[in-house]
Amino acid sequence: MNQRPTSPHLGVYKFSYTMSLSILHRITGCAASVGFFVFAWWLMALASGPGAYASAMHLLSTPFAKLLLAGFTFSIVYHFCNGIRHLVWDTGAGLERAQARRSGALVIVAALLITALVIWLGCAALTTPGAP
Amino acid sequence: MSLQTPLGRVLGKGSAGEGVGHWWMQRVTAIALIPLTLWFAIGLLGRSLQSYEAVRGWLAQPWVAVFAILLIITLSWHSRLGVQVVIEDYVHRKAAKNSLLLLFTFAHIAAAAAAIFAVLMLALS
Repeated sequence: MNQRPTSPHLGVYKFSYTMSLSILHRITGCAASVGFFVFAWWLMALASGPGAYASAMHLLSTPFAKLLLAGFTFSIVYHFCNGIRHLVWDTGAGLERAQARRSGALVIVAALLITALVIWLGCAALTTPGAP
Repeated sequence: MSLQTPLGRVLGKGSAGEGVGHWWMQRVTAIALIPLTLWFAIGLLGRSLQSYEAVRGWLAQPWVAVFAILLIITLSWHSRLGVQVVIEDYVHRKAAKNSLLLLFTFAHIAAAAAAIFAVLMLALS
């Protein structure tokens, strides 16, 4: 059978809060992927004309859809911020434990603030009455 | 001592058979997505989204349409690469894994084609 060495799995590591940021990066990435399909559907509705766009926007304005959109917003913003953190790591910088913990906290704060800002701007953009 | 076979070392490829191609393109698309998503989000949030005319008028402009298409291509590519990693990490039965990989590849290409077609329709009509 296969005698090649295997890497240790998650269970052997002591939990640290940076782990949950890493897991969250993956979860928000998956959510953002779903968001991409919604985005394509929305663009197709726009291309199909005013009637199709109006019904798409009507669907997106239900409370449940708004909750989903808020989730997509947080997912994209968090994945964006933490993705930059990953790109910095790829240069070899910021990998010390203390630095990783600090940058993680920075990402969380930035993601929450930017998410709040985008939701606020999004609500304004959604409630501005359309041209007749 | 290297664990790689001599042929593997010559080809520069790891066990996945494609070397660092996947990892590299994930980074390349990630870097491209930084300005593209920022630009699109700022542009979109500045319109009144309930207005068909406002959104269409913005997206139909030549440069906006070009960068929207670049965003769609980069986003679908990055998303495909990420979903691939997730499937490969959690689905181990070969038939299920390969079926899911194919399904999500087709889904991403179809969604990207639809989104690009939509932007072209808006810009060219």
